[in-house]
Amino acid sequence: MDGIIRVHQLSKRYAGSERYALKDLSLSVKEGEIFGLLGPNGAGKTTLISTLCGMIKPTSGELWFKDMNYRQHRRKIQYQIGVVPQEYALYPTLTAAENLYYFGSLYGLRASSLKNDITHGLERVGLAGFTHRPIKTFSGGMQRRVNLLAGILHRPNVLFLDEPTVGVDVQSKEVIMKLLHELNEQGTTIIYSSHHLNEAQHFCSKIAIIDEGRIVVEGKPQELIDSVPGAANLENVFIHLTGSQLRDYA
Amino acid sequence: MHKLLVSAYKEVLLLLRDWGGLAILFIMPSVLIITITLIQESTFKAVGESILPVVLVDEDHGEISELITKNLANASNIQLITEEKGSSIDAGRAQALVSNGTYQIALIIPKGISRELDEKVNHNVEQILSEFSLTDSDSAASGNAKKQWPTKEITIFFDPAAGQTFRNSVKSNIERMLSKVEVQKIYDVFIHQMELSEDPELLKDEIITFNETIAQKGEDGIIPNAVQHNVPAWVLFGIFFIVVPLGINLVKEKNLGTYTRLRTSPVSYAVIIGGKIITYMVICLIQFALMLLIAKNVFPWLGLIEFDPGAQLPLMTLIAFVAGLAAIGLGILIGTIAETQEQSAPFGAIFVIILAALGGVWVPTFIMPEVMQRVSAFSPMNWGLSAFYDVILRNGTAADIARPLGYLLLFFVATLTAAIVYDQKHQTR
Repeated sequence: MDGIIRVHQLSKRYAGSERYALKDLSLSVKEGEIFGLLGPNGAGKTTLISTLCGMIKPTSGELWFKDMNYRQHRRKIQYQIGVVPQEYALYPTLTAAENLYYFGSLYGLRASSLKNDITHGLERVGLAGFTHRPIKTFSGGMQRRVNLLAGILHRPNVLFLDEPTVGVDVQSKEVIMKLLHELNEQGTTIIYSSHHLNEAQHFCSKIAIIDEGRIVVEGKPQELIDSVPGAANLENVFIHLTGSQLRDYA
Repeated sequence: MHKLLVSAYKEVLLLLRDWGGLAILFIMPSVLIITITLIQESTFKAVGESILPVVLVDEDHGEISELITKNLANASNIQLITEEKGSSIDAGRAQALVSNGTYQIALIIPKGISRELDEKVNHNVEQILSEFSLTDSDSAASGNAKKQWPTKEITIFFDPAAGQTFRNSVKSNIERMLSKVEVQKIYDVFIHQMELSEDPELLKDEIITFNETIAQKGEDGIIPNAVQHNVPAWVLFGIFFIVVPLGINLVKEKNLGTYTRLRTSPVSYAVIIGGKIITYMVICLIQFALMLLIAKNVFPWLGLIEFDPGAQLPLMTLIAFVAGLAAIGLGILIGTIAETQEQSAPFGAIFVIILAALGGVWVPTFIMPEVMQRVSAFSPMNWGLSAFYDVILRNGTAADIARPLGYLLLFFVATLTAAIVYDQKHQTR
């Protein structure tokens, strides 16, 4: 298996739980891909992304970033990945610039270049006039854009996105998607998790549908649509593979 | 190092933007130290250092009442009350004045007590001397007859609110005074009966006296007072109260998702926590300085005794620093375990109040019941307070406070380790 990220026989069972969140999952993400992780609630998407970000330890299995194993090189790997969590993950009383400066500094970025990057980044997402405003005064869409910037200031090789456009207006969504496309064109590999199947169909170059901790199917969006008779879009494929039953896990 | 400083700077910014948190950190302990010291100072004065008014009803007008009046009048902390609005006070009125709380004590010297003491002493001395054949045999023979003396009592009325200790103390002083009068009387009769030349200097000075000295090292020690209890006590309370904002700070990070971002960043838990430790330690030391400034400059202005740490300032700062570490460790542990602000804030506040009560902040440990004194030994505030006492009251050195400081450091290490272990287990479960 080649790829910038490789996962082999990954299993995760949380303490006190009988159920496996991930079970013998293997996948490979190639450099430059926009890899979509789709699945119903509780399928294991967040657990997989959290494991790939080094936040939680797997119960068994192996993970590699390039040629580095996660067990031995977690800190080195974290320098090369960016994470945009579903929550805003910003300090509400700090300004946009202060938040970005703090998170950028944790990646070892130095003050002068970091300040330039912050100014430039805020301009790119249409927030040039809001640099010194506290985050708590921002709308949901504005906070999403700052949240994205906080994950990419250090120019990561791989960017993890968990529902990057949830709860934002169309205009903010367009700005975010445009920026993500630009990043990908510049060489950033993107691993994207979402419930927006239409967005994923058009955004991702490759998609894996996960259910009950396993990959059910993996391929390019059009290949997946073509593989299911009568399917017109990714949503049809998704329902066909995962069923219509509600997935409520306590 | 850069990451650590940036983390500390972020914490400073978060604090500066949180006026409520700053109020808890600085205004609350300042108000407490002034209020509690004022309250305790007035209570202390009521039973100790201040002038105690004593109602004296003299129905005797004899030698004894004269001596008692003279002794009471010479006592520096007693004010004799013999009249009310220009009229003399009788026994009934004195009792009423005490029972309604106007005064705490009234002393009633009954009529004829001096005459009776005279007769009794003369009779007894004559009897003793007759046994040595030093007096007229007839007179002695007549005195040998057993004579009955009606009992005369000096009555003391106490305020019902006066404690037993206070009552015992006053009774003991009056009994001592009466004994002195009796001895003087017996001595005078002996001199007179034996027709000796008087030596007025003989009983002027007491043969055995007490030398009351506060046990402390060196000559320049400070005598303990209410201020010297309250200043270190409330310094510690203020320092430990940072548990509340620090706990909230950690819980907020978890709930906002910023902690998730931090955990995916190439930064160690030590750096994240280190930034908080540096910032909150600076807060502790500023609090400490603020409290000392209040005690030195505001206390005299309010009629309280000035607190001057003098040469003990470096050691006191060391204690504040180590106590600050212990408080920070506790705050980090509470913030790590708590899931919501509704858990961390009330628990932190109540826990600190319990530690303060046990540690002797509210009531000094030496007047606690024995069992509570034993429990008190487990409160980090007690360790801090005993270190402050060692330095302020006993002129202790760094070696003298090594043990309580060691306990505080151990507490810091233990709470921080528990927080790290819990965080690791909980986050990577």
